[in-house]
Amino acid sequence: MPIGDTIPWTAVRWDDVLFVVLAAVLLVSALLVVTMRDIIRCGLAMIVSFAALAGIYVMLGNPLIAATQVLVYIGAISVLVLFAIMLTQTKNAPARLAFQTQAWAAGLAAVVIAVIVTATVLATTWPTAPTRLWTVTSDVAHALFRDYVLPFEVVSVLLTAAVIGAVLLARREISGGGEDK
Amino acid sequence: MANSLDSYLILSGLLFAIGTFGFLARRNAISMLMSIELMLNAVNLTILAFGAFVPTLRTGAAVIALLVIAVAAAEATVGLAIIIAIFRNKKTPLVDEYDSMRE
Repeated sequence: MPIGDTIPWTAVRWDDVLFVVLAAVLLVSALLVVTMRDIIRCGLAMIVSFAALAGIYVMLGNPLIAATQVLVYIGAISVLVLFAIMLTQTKNAPARLAFQTQAWAAGLAAVVIAVIVTATVLATTWPTAPTRLWTVTSDVAHALFRDYVLPFEVVSVLLTAAVIGAVLLARREISGGGEDK
Repeated sequence: MANSLDSYLILSGLLFAIGTFGFLARRNAISMLMSIELMLNAVNLTILAFGAFVPTLRTGAAVIALLVIAVAAAEATVGLAIIIAIFRNKKTPLVDEYDSMRE
């Protein structure tokens, strides 16, 4: 039995409800990331915000990017961040102050950015289609591997260089080697 | 609401502002990197919102978002490696204690 576009007996659309729920989860978990004192919990809240954002990408008709978001952000970057948190935990770090002394100025800057972006968006009429468009994945593949094949290859070189550089930076100094610390 | 570009752009603006606050206000270097990830995600959301609502940008937006995700992954890898290297020398993850050039 098919479900209608709106919730029965009301004029509320289902995708509006879904958007509001996902946006609320995204914003609340992002706020938790920047305000919680325990940094492990910040990392876990970051995973929640990435997942909510993947849901919004699906709503925008882009399942390929949503899958990439889940694989790369939730699968790789979150694990990397959690590893770094565990490697840099000290016993007395969580007990101390989580914010800089100039945190009020940072809050002011964030509010100014939010107000300016919102005002600009509301004041502009965008030349848009009346509804969301579904992105066909094979079109993306054609664009990526035909028109944008050079950036694609450059990104692969960049990723290799980043991995090699990270290993070089993070490895321990071999004791007994020629260089001293 | 879910069918207008404005709501997605405002959402991404709010997410970017939250990331800015975290980057400027937190003392822990890893928290600052997580805030940078939030800001990169906000930019990606903007790109994909334009791609979903403007027909001529549809495939280009997806390609740009994929490249941004790849570059963000590279940035996170190198950034975390740098933080771990600094932590090994300074024994603290708090950025306001990296003050050896102040003396």
